[in-house]
Amino acid sequence: MSAEPTAPELEGFEQTLAHDQRIEPRDWMPDGYRRTLVRQIAQHAHSEIIGMQPEGTWLTTAPSLRRKAILMAKVQDEAGHGIYLYSAAETLGVDRSDLTEQLITLRQKYSSIFNYPTLSYADVGTIGWLVDGAAICNQVPLCRSSYGPYARAMIRICKEESFHQRQGFELLMTMMNGTDEQRAMVQESVDRWWWPSLMMFGPPDDASPNSARSMAWRIKRHTNDELRQRFVDMTVPQAEALGVTLPDPDLRWNAERGGYDFGEPDWDELDRVIRGEGPCNEERVTRRADAHREGGWVRAAAAAYAGKQATSA
Amino acid sequence: MSEVDPVWPPYEVFVRSKRGLNHVHVGSIHAADPDMALRHARDVYTRRNEGVSIWVVRSADITASSPDEKDAFFAPSGDKIYRHPTFYDVEDVPHM
Ligand SMILES: [Fe+2]
Ligand SMILES: [Fe+2]
Repeated sequence: MSAEPTAPELEGFEQTLAHDQRIEPRDWMPDGYRRTLVRQIAQHAHSEIIGMQPEGTWLTTAPSLRRKAILMAKVQDEAGHGIYLYSAAETLGVDRSDLTEQLITLRQKYSSIFNYPTLSYADVGTIGWLVDGAAICNQVPLCRSSYGPYARAMIRICKEESFHQRQGFELLMTMMNGTDEQRAMVQESVDRWWWPSLMMFGPPDDASPNSARSMAWRIKRHTNDELRQRFVDMTVPQAEALGVTLPDPDLRWNAERGGYDFGEPDWDELDRVIRGEGPCNEERVTRRADAHREGGWVRAAAAAYAGKQATSA
Repeated sequence: MSEVDPVWPPYEVFVRSKRGLNHVHVGSIHAADPDMALRHARDVYTRRNEGVSIWVVRSADITASSPDEKDAFFAPSGDKIYRHPTFYDVEDVPHM
């Protein structure tokens, strides 16, 4: 898998990108392109897997069988998303078990949002509405990402995400039509999740040095700030329909720009959470490492059984 | 720990979405054996009635043409334009 560019190889790669066609696993690609993809896809896969934890907390305490079944289906989807993405990463020559190792030894990251706690049941609705909503904004353009297996995984994921967002919104709507106490729970939850949701798009463009490269390679199709703006513009009318207040005094329609102006997220907070100092970083990674270790006997038993079947056949 | 962890090999997964259509490649899965690969493929790739039939095959057992050889490998079909119906000039004859 030598990536010393010979002129025709590099030209072929760039021609494919220029025609907006997809790069496929066995095509020649620059080392940097491969490395960037592995990092981004692995980080994305880890986010889906770690993302099961905050909501998973409420599986046994959701208030009805219907809500438990919905939440279970959503959490299972997130596991599926992780596996689609690990599968896409593996087409680049890495191994899923290595990626898991990198996650639990903190050498690879996952989305900052999952380092916040789910303190009330309303958080299940808010996560579906805001967190999955922000994920959809990020992910829809990735369905046209230049790397074929990644783009195809994103298409599957996006189809399932709209269920995630709608179940969350419907849950919040139900609570908003309930008692004053329930409405207060929703507002309190939205107050906590709004800013971390905006941070999901990453640092502002002028502090995001790798963005330009990823855009040139068409791995990424829009800048962080463009996507953040799109998310705010989509979400404000939804908040109005719901009857909640988004906790930003600077939020107002700007007719000149045709978009909402909004306040600056606390970028120091994002830095801290990425550095590992968020409220739940340690808990999330420890839980993932424990699950991996505790599953060891299952992997060993299945392999032993398969070995036995193979020799007796 | 990873030294003693057994390796579950990858399987490629193909799903027939409904009767009358071909199986189509949808991704891959790890499993200890083919039966487990089928079950995992069902859980991961058909949670919403996406399939009526699944094939799994060990990734290592697939033989593929290489993109590097593309030109030479597919050249035999490139210059045989007479294999296409549009090669033939037949004017104004019904049902042809
Ligand atoms: Fe997801
Ligand atoms: Fe989701």
